[in-house]
Amino acid sequence: MKRIALIGMPNAGKSTLFNRMSGASAKVANWPGVTVDLLASKLLMAGEMVEIVDLPGIYDFHGFSDDEQVVRHFLCNNSIDLVILVANATQIERQLTLALQLQTLGLPAVLLLNMADEAKKLGIKIDEQKLGKELGYPTALLSAKYGEGYNEAYQIIESELKKSKAVPTLTLEEDFAVDQQLEDKLEKIVRHSVSAPIQTSKTLTEKIDHITLHPFLGLPLFFMTMYLMFEAVYTIGAPLQDGMAWILEAFRDAILVPLLSSLPPLLYSFLIDGVFDGVATVASFVPVIVLFFLFMAIIEDSGYLSRAAFLMDALMSKLGLDGRSFVMLLMGFGCNVPALMGTRTMRSRGLRLLTMLVIPFSLCSARLQVFVFMTTALFTPDQAPLVLFSLYLMTFVSVIVTSLLFKGRYNSNEPFALELPPYRFPTGPQMVLRGWHEVKHFLRRATKFITIGVVLVWFLTNMPFGVEPASPESWSGWLGEFMSPVLSSAGINPELTVALIFGFVAKEIVIGALAVIYGLEGSSLMQGIAQQIDWVQAYSFMLFTLLYTPCLATIATLRSEAKSAWYSVLAVAWPLSLAWVVSTVFYQTARFLGY
Amino acid sequence: MANLSRLSNLTPGQTATVQAIHVDTGFKFRLNALGFRIGKPLELIRIAPFNGPYHIKIGNTEVMLRQQDAKMIEVLM
Repeated sequence: MKRIALIGMPNAGKSTLFNRMSGASAKVANWPGVTVDLLASKLLMAGEMVEIVDLPGIYDFHGFSDDEQVVRHFLCNNSIDLVILVANATQIERQLTLALQLQTLGLPAVLLLNMADEAKKLGIKIDEQKLGKELGYPTALLSAKYGEGYNEAYQIIESELKKSKAVPTLTLEEDFAVDQQLEDKLEKIVRHSVSAPIQTSKTLTEKIDHITLHPFLGLPLFFMTMYLMFEAVYTIGAPLQDGMAWILEAFRDAILVPLLSSLPPLLYSFLIDGVFDGVATVASFVPVIVLFFLFMAIIEDSGYLSRAAFLMDALMSKLGLDGRSFVMLLMGFGCNVPALMGTRTMRSRGLRLLTMLVIPFSLCSARLQVFVFMTTALFTPDQAPLVLFSLYLMTFVSVIVTSLLFKGRYNSNEPFALELPPYRFPTGPQMVLRGWHEVKHFLRRATKFITIGVVLVWFLTNMPFGVEPASPESWSGWLGEFMSPVLSSAGINPELTVALIFGFVAKEIVIGALAVIYGLEGSSLMQGIAQQIDWVQAYSFMLFTLLYTPCLATIATLRSEAKSAWYSVLAVAWPLSLAWVVSTVFYQTARFLGY
Repeated sequence: MANLSRLSNLTPGQTATVQAIHVDTGFKFRLNALGFRIGKPLELIRIAPFNGPYHIKIGNTEVMLRQQDAKMIEVLM
C-alpha cells in the first residue's frame, strides 16, 4: 500500500487537512503542538488504497524535542511514497526552509500553501506556478479549513502519487551545515514569486491583542473569561443533565422494567440497579461534557491559549514551569491524558516531568461530572457555579504548592520561544466533529471502565448472597468500614469511600457507583445524598475527588511518557497524600468554626 | 546612526534588525525556523507584566521570548 506523510511546521494545518482528506476527527486547535503522535488513516485515492499519516509539526529536521523525535523515528522506519508539505502561506518566507531540507533528503513532495484566505487578506500575492517550478515541487494554494482550492490540491496529490515510487527509509544523519546556502536560495525563490505589502495596516489580531494582552487588564480578563465559561457550562448544562436523566429514567420505567420483570430478582437487580442505573447516571452527564468541550473548542481554536501562556509565563517561571505548562493545565480541564502528551514539545526533561506532575490536578471533565452532581445536590443554584469555580481555583493552588515543593528536584533552564498565532474561529463542521468526538470518547470509556466499574460495585454491595444491599454486612459495607478510620477525619462516610475507591479507575465511576450503592438514580439520588451528608462533608469529598490519585488512563500515560517507575510512584502517592491533608484540614477547620 | 544592542534593550514599538544569535545550537535552529535570521527586521510589540516574556513580530510571525533569551540576540537599532 502506498503511504503519504503530512509534514510541516507546528500549527500549519496538517491535522485540518488530514481530517478533510480522510474524514477522521483528529484534534485540531490554534496552538503549535496539538498533534504529538502519529495518526494514520486509509483512503481510496487514484484507484487504490493509500495510507495517509498525520505527523506532529517539526520546525526543521534537526529537532530534538520528543514530538519531533516521533517524526524522525517515523521517517527512519517507514518507506514513504509522497510527502505532503503543508506550509502557512502567510509565513512562507520561513516555512519553506522545510521544502529545501526535504529536497536535500531527496523526498518526493507536493507543497500545499495553506491558509491562503489569510494570506489574501494580508495582501500577500503568491505565484504558486513559478514557486513550484523553482522548488521542483508541484504547488497549490488552499484553505484546508474552508475548503477553497482543496479540489485542485487533491488532484495534484493524486497525479503525483501515481507517478511516485516508494523512497527507502531515511537515515536522517544529514548534516544541514550548509544552512546558510539554503537560506540564500530560499530568499531568492521567495523574492521571485511572492509579493507582500511592506507596510501592513493594523490587523484584527493586533487590535484584539491590544486588549487581551493589556498590561493590567490582560490577566483579570483572562480569569473573567474562564469564569464566564464555567458559569455558562453550569447554567446551561445542569438543566440538560436533568432532562437527560429524566429521559433515561422514563426509558427504564416504561421499557426496561416491564421487559425484565420476569427475570429472577438477583439478575433483575444486577441489570437494573447495577448496570443500567450506574451507566445511565454517568450517561446523563454527556450533554454537560459535550457542551463543555464545545466551549473548550472555541477557546482552543481562537488562539487565546497562546495569549494565556504569554500572560502567565512570568508567574509560571517562578514555579519552575513555563507558559506552555499553564496551557497544558488548561487543556487538562478537558482530559488529562492529551495534556500529558502535549508536554512532548518541551525539550528539558526536568520541565517536562514537573509539568506532568501537576497536570493531574487539572479538574478534568470526568471530575466536572462529579462536581456538577454534588453541587446541584447540596448547594443552591446561585451558589453552585461559585463552588465549582472555587474547585478550579483549587487546581491552581495545588499546582503552586506542588511545583514549589518539587521544582528543586526537576529543574530546567530551557529557553522559551513560542508562537502567538493570529486569532481564528472554529467552523460549524469542526464544532460538530468535536462534539461527536467527545460522545464517542464517552461511549468508549463507558463500554470499558464505567460498565466494569459499576458491575464490580454492584457485586460488592450485593454480596454475600442475601444481604441487604449496601448494608454494613455486605462486602462494600466491610470495605467502607475498613477504610473509614482513614477518611472519617475528612468527613467522608463509608458509602462515599467505596465510590472513591472505584473512582481510582475512572472518575466517572464515582457517580455511577453512588447510584448503585444508594440504589437510587437521577434526582432521587441527589436528594438521598443531600439527606445523608451536609455541605461541609460534600465539599471535603469534592476536594478529595479533585486531588487524589488520577485515573488509570492518566497513570498509564504518565508512566509511558516519563519512562520511570519511581516517578510514577511519586505521581500516584503525592496527590493521594495531598488530597487527604487538604480535605482533612478543610473538614476539621469548618467543623471547628461551627459549620 | 545605527548602533549595536540587545533585543532585551528595545522598548515596545521599537524596530531593529537581527545581527547575531548567541545561543546553543539546538535553540538556534528553533529561532531560525521561527524567522530569527541575520539581517531580518523585527519589532518589539510589548513586554508582559512582572518581567514576563517579550512579544516580538518578525516577518509575519509573532513570537514570545523570555528576557534571558532576548538578551542573547544582538540587534542593530
